[in-house]
Amino acid sequence: MATEREIRLRVRSVRNIQQVTKAQQTISASKMRRAQEAVLASRPFEERLRRVLNDLAPYADPEVSPLLQHRPVRRTLLVLVTSDRGFVGAMNANTVRAALRHAESFPAVSWLAVGRKGIAQLRRFRQGTVAEFSNLGDRPTTADTNPIGAIATDEFLSGRVDEVHLVFTGFVNTMRQVPTVRRILPLVPEEEDLDELPPLQYIFEPDPETVLGAVLPRLIEVTIYQAVLDSLASEHSARLIAMRNATDAASDLIEELTLQANKARQWRITKEMLEIASGAEAMAKG
Amino acid sequence: MPLHLEVITPEQRVYEDDVDMVIAPGSEGYLGILPHHAPLLTALGPGEFRVKKGGVEETLAVFGGFMDVRGDRVVVLTDAAEPAEEIDAERARQARERAEETLAQAATLSAADEARARAALQRALVRIRVSERRRRRPT
Repeated sequence: MATEREIRLRVRSVRNIQQVTKAQQTISASKMRRAQEAVLASRPFEERLRRVLNDLAPYADPEVSPLLQHRPVRRTLLVLVTSDRGFVGAMNANTVRAALRHAESFPAVSWLAVGRKGIAQLRRFRQGTVAEFSNLGDRPTTADTNPIGAIATDEFLSGRVDEVHLVFTGFVNTMRQVPTVRRILPLVPEEEDLDELPPLQYIFEPDPETVLGAVLPRLIEVTIYQAVLDSLASEHSARLIAMRNATDAASDLIEELTLQANKARQWRITKEMLEIASGAEAMAKG
Repeated sequence: MPLHLEVITPEQRVYEDDVDMVIAPGSEGYLGILPHHAPLLTALGPGEFRVKKGGVEETLAVFGGFMDVRGDRVVVLTDAAEPAEEIDAERARQARERAEETLAQAATLSAADEARARAALQRALVRIRVSERRRRRPT
């Protein structure tokens, strides 16, 4: 059994670690609140834009925009969004695993990595990337994320890939973040919505083609922006939970070790008493 | 029946309210929307977006995007929308000067740089116009 002094030293080191995790937890809590607000605030734009695309569906002819063109799939581009930093539990590992599994269903894949953790993992699995993005910061704007969409669109239009899929950690709530896969190219209007309403007689200005031509690239940009915001909210939520678990575990450990230290102390005192008592007895006899 | 107006950017919902009329900078020129307008989908240019409600007029600077008019709902999806009171007129004036200086040497610029400067100039002009409209008509 370790001596009391050793145990007390461990308690002190665990307590130091606990202070760090507790501080991280507080930081994550405030960042999480902001990231969650950002994700929720950005959702209406995408929803409305999709509705506009659905209204445009009757005009959504692949002849008009190459972004709508279906081709036989030979190569797929996977855009993998992860966090830059760790200490987020299994979040990045789960998302990377989902991406790799998704990749197996295609004859060939290219990768575009966003976030340092994903970049490192792809390197480990010897997957080359067409582009890598990191350090988007805690408050990315569309200006930060639009280059991602531009590269993905370029890969698609040049014919180097035939489809583009987005893999990211979808934010559900603080406790739940789910790896999510979405196809972003070619674009398709959602068909179930079309049955609901007969197409309205819309007036287009200047004309359907121009409006469609402006809507489609925007939709790709905003979908990617959303994925980045989702990942960010997931990251901070996951880190908050991970740090809270670590802080709780440290508390348990401190309690456990303190008990051990007290037992060791008690045992030491008892032993000393015994020694004194037996010593005194020996003296009395002699 | 009032018009229900929403102005949304990728970052946030900038404006949501029931209003009487909107005047929007369409790609083909300014157009006014009153209740019971026919369904309309238009691209927006950079410009002043005016909202009339109960005799009061508010102005926002919008920079591109679309406007979807359907029934009595108007949804504006734009890259950026700034209410007049949030515009820093001084900064906009500086931006205009910078852009004009750049454009003065147009001969030496690449096509991309020239386009960027023109876009910057246009944004600055819209901001200046919107902030001046507010000063003329304090609400």
